[in-house]
Amino acid sequence: MARVYISSVIGAPADRVWQAIRDFNALPDWVPAVRESRIEGGQPSDQVGCVRAFRLEDGGFLRERLLALSDYDYSVTYAILESPMGVENYVATLKLVPVTDGGRSFAEWTAEFDCDPAAEAELVAAIGNGVFQAAFDSLKLRFGS
Amino acid sequence: MVRVARSTVIDAPVAEVWEILRDFNGHDRWHPIVRRSMLEDSMRTDQVGCVRNFDLRDGGNVRERLLALSDRDRRFRYAIVDADIPLHDYVAEIYLKPVTDGDRTFWHWSSSFDTPPGQERELAELVATEVYEAGFAAVRSRLEPPSSGERYRAPAAPMARPPQGPAIAGTAIVIDRHGGAGELHPEPVDAPPPGPGEVRLRHRAVGVNFIDVYCRTGYFDLLKPPGVLGMEATGVVVDLGANVSHLAPGQRVAYACPPPGAYCSVRTMDAASLIPLPDAIDDETAAAGLLKGVTAEFLLHRVHAVAAGETVLVYAPAGGVGRLLCQWANRLGATVIGATSTGEKARVARSAGAHHVVTPGEKSLEEQVRELTDGRGADVIYDGVGRDSFAHSVAALAERGHLVSFGQASGDIGSWDIGMLAGCSATVSRPNYVHYTSPPERFRAGAERLFEAIDRRVVTVEIGRRFALAEAAEAHRALENRETTGSIVLIPEDGEGAAR
Repeated sequence: MARVYISSVIGAPADRVWQAIRDFNALPDWVPAVRESRIEGGQPSDQVGCVRAFRLEDGGFLRERLLALSDYDYSVTYAILESPMGVENYVATLKLVPVTDGGRSFAEWTAEFDCDPAAEAELVAAIGNGVFQAAFDSLKLRFGS
Repeated sequence: MVRVARSTVIDAPVAEVWEILRDFNGHDRWHPIVRRSMLEDSMRTDQVGCVRNFDLRDGGNVRERLLALSDRDRRFRYAIVDADIPLHDYVAEIYLKPVTDGDRTFWHWSSSFDTPPGQERELAELVATEVYEAGFAAVRSRLEPPSSGERYRAPAAPMARPPQGPAIAGTAIVIDRHGGAGELHPEPVDAPPPGPGEVRLRHRAVGVNFIDVYCRTGYFDLLKPPGVLGMEATGVVVDLGANVSHLAPGQRVAYACPPPGAYCSVRTMDAASLIPLPDAIDDETAAAGLLKGVTAEFLLHRVHAVAAGETVLVYAPAGGVGRLLCQWANRLGATVIGATSTGEKARVARSAGAHHVVTPGEKSLEEQVRELTDGRGADVIYDGVGRDSFAHSVAALAERGHLVSFGQASGDIGSWDIGMLAGCSATVSRPNYVHYTSPPERFRAGAERLFEAIDRRVVTVEIGRRFALAEAAEAHRALENRETTGSIVLIPEDGEGAAR
C-alpha cells in the first residue's frame, strides 16, 4: 500500500477555503493539472456517490466517485474508478482544520493506493508534488499563505 | 458543555515539537503558568494512566491524568482529576501534524468541559488564552529562531552612572535557541567597562559541565536564548569597577556559579562571585574542577559530615563528581562503595579510592551493599542517578542512614510516600548547588577547602580533553557521547580581545 501525505497552510479561514474546494465538480478552478470536469448523470456535485469525469491538461482521463463529504469536518473523501496512472484501490481524503492563530487553514491531503512496486516512488512524487502541492500552491496564490 | 479549540503553526519540524509536548510531566519546563509539576505514584511520563500534579504560578494546584498517548499520531488526551478552578469533566486533546509544505508543524489543542452556570464564557476564555495560546507562544519562542536584529548582546548590569572607557572586543559562544550542539556558534562580543561592584576579566580556561548541556537543550531554564552558556572559568582581572576591594588588576581569579555566560574570551561580571586563585592551582585545573569540586566539598562536609568508619555509597564513581567523592571520602576514613555499570568504570572507581565496587548482576544493589557491610547497609548514599536508583538507595540504607539525592541523570524521581523511610528511620536531602555556594562567603569557604585538598593531593582533577573555545560544539558532542573520561576545558585563543 503506497501512501501520499501533503499538507500546507492557506491564508484564509477554513469557511472560505472550504467554499472553493467542496464543489466536487470544481477541480478545473483550483487544480492546475485539470482542464475540464463534469458530474455524470447530471447529479448535484454534493450528492455522496456522484461520479466526476475529468480530463487533465496532458490529455489523461479520470473518473472518481465521491465517498464522503462533511461540511462539519471540512472533509471530502473520494476513490478513483478509472485512470491512466496504473493505481488500484485508490482512496484520497482532503481535509481542512482551522488555524485559530491568524485566521488561517491547515490543509492536508492523503491518498492510499496499490500499484506496481517499481512505479511507486514515481507515482507518490507525481501525485504529491505534481497534483496535491500544486493545488495547494494555487490556493495560496488565491487566499494568501 | 463548553468546547474550546485553538490551533497554530510552529516553524519547526514536527519531531522537535513532539519531543517537547509528549513529556506529560515536562510542561513546567515550557508552560509559563506551570510553576512545578510532579508525577504521582512514581509512574513514568509516558505511562498511560499517570497523574501529573502541578502548581500554578498564581498558587493553584491541578491534577491531570494521561488518558491516551500515541507516538504514531502525535496525539495525547488527558483529563482533570482535581483542580482549584471549576472545570468539570474537563477532557483535552493535543495533536500535531506535519506541514510538509515548509517542514513546519500544525498544533491543535482542544477540550470540552462543564462550568458553574454563568461562568462558561469567562472560563472558556481563560483556557483558550492563558493555557493554550500562552503555551503556543512559549513553545514557539523555544523552537523558532529569533528574527534578525535580535542577536545576542553581552548583558550589562543596570548602573546609576554609565562607566567610562572603551569596551573590549572578544568572542563568545552563543546559542540563538535551545537545541543540539550545532546551536553553539562563535560571535563577536563586547565586554563593557566594569560598573560598580563589577570586574572585567580575560578568560584563561573555561570548564564544560553537564549542566551546560541541560541549559543548551532547555531542560534547565537558566538561560533564555539568545545567550551564552557556561558556569565556570578562570581568568585574569583586567580592570575593576567602583566598590571592588578584594581583587586587583592582573590577579588570577576563578568562579563557578550562575548566571551562565562563561563561554567567552572576555567577560564583565559581578565581582562578588570571583575568588582569587592560589599559585599552587593552575588555570586549567581550577576551570575543570571548581564546580565539581565545590559540589563534592559541600556534599561530604556540609550536607552530611562524613566521619571515619562510616560506609559511603557513591553512584557513578567514575564520573566527574563521583571520582572526587570517592577520593575524598576515602581520605576522610570512610569505607567507600562505588555503584557502577561496567568493569572499566569499576577500575576507575577503585583507583579513585573505592574499597568495593558493585555492578548490576543477579543480586540487587541493596543485597550486594548489605553483604559488604555485614547486613548493616550504607550510612550515607550519594545518588545523582535519580529515577532508576531511588528505591534501591532507600533499600540500601543503614538504620538512621542518610540518602543525599543530588541529581537525576536517569530522569525525575517522581513522588514517593515518605512512610517508606520509616523502615530505617532514613533522612533524605536534596541539596541545590546555589544554596551551598551563596552568599559568596560560603562559596569562598568551600573553594578554599577544595584548593587545600587539591594542593595536598587528597583529590586530583583529571583533565580529559582541551578544546579551543571556538570548538565548543565539538566539546559538547564529546561530553554527550561520553567519549572522554575526566573534565573538558575550553581554551580561548591568544591574541583576542584587543582594546578598541
